[in-house]
Amino acid sequence: MKSHPMLLTLLCVAATMFIAPTALFAGPTAPTMEPLTFDTPEQEARYQNLIRELRCTVCQNQNLIESNAPLAVDLRRQISLMVKDGAENKEVVDYMVARYGDFVLFRPPMNRTTYLLWFGPGALLLISLSALGLILYRRRSQLGPAPLSEDEQQRLRRLLGEDRGGKA
Amino acid sequence: MRLRFLLPLFAFFALVGVLWIGLSLDPRTLPSPLIGKPTPDFDLPQLHDPQARFASTELQGEVALINVWASWCVTCRQEHPFLAQLRRAGVPIYGLNYKDTRTDALRFLARYGDPYDAIGFDESGMVGIDFGVYATPETFLVDRQGIIRFKHIGMITPDIIETKILPLYRQLEAES
Repeated sequence: MKSHPMLLTLLCVAATMFIAPTALFAGPTAPTMEPLTFDTPEQEARYQNLIRELRCTVCQNQNLIESNAPLAVDLRRQISLMVKDGAENKEVVDYMVARYGDFVLFRPPMNRTTYLLWFGPGALLLISLSALGLILYRRRSQLGPAPLSEDEQQRLRRLLGEDRGGKA
Repeated sequence: MRLRFLLPLFAFFALVGVLWIGLSLDPRTLPSPLIGKPTPDFDLPQLHDPQARFASTELQGEVALINVWASWCVTCRQEHPFLAQLRRAGVPIYGLNYKDTRTDALRFLARYGDPYDAIGFDESGMVGIDFGVYATPETFLVDRQGIIRFKHIGMITPDIIETKILPLYRQLEAES
């Protein structure tokens, strides 16, 4: 069967739409080679949440749960120990930031160095929208007069004397 | 020519400029939050002698280099001769042997030379984590008060030695 490129593209798009969200939300679970036991389900939930929120500095586009770099393994172990010792989420995050900087946070804090990051896209949108508005406004003034209404058409025909022969 | 026809050209050059700067940045080099802070506390067994200790308190009172290395790290091997060069220039160098085995590390030093004044053996890598290490080799310059003043991630090159490490070392030495 000859494959139809358009159909193929559509299939790929559809597949992406269905698969991607589940991959995003289900996410990988921690590798089974490090059996971890927590005292309470709440601790485990916090641990799972933390290692999704923190970035692996070795493989920079992965978070700690996705990465199998030795450092990520060590950091997961360290975080699990801290959580088991009853550390608050903030303590764990502070621990990581103190060593690796704000870079480890997938949700960067708002401060002087990140204003551009936080507000840049909005500012760009605002600028482009106002530019678009300006262009459209100018273009409107360049348009000719509005088309004649039905009454005006009739009046025009009358004036031009088209009905002189008795026919409209 | 009217300005409006030149505008896309200006926009193009602005974009080229931004992308050019972006390409010249190395995303692997992160600013260290440890600059200006005291070295993390540690107390490790020495690499050469498991009975002897190497602790952060020994870094006080001296301007020194701390080099994080491992025998499995290829860049560390490339960097090794330049550490010896720094040692000959009179800079004290302390090693942090990171996530290594004693046998491999000692074999490495036997083969390539040992420029270190003392080496802490950080088998678990926990001291490395305290130092924010994520890509060996990493090198820290510590002043007399034990404050980290400079950090370099990756290989030390003769250029970095001449333009960064030695000038800063001499300046810190001159400070009382």
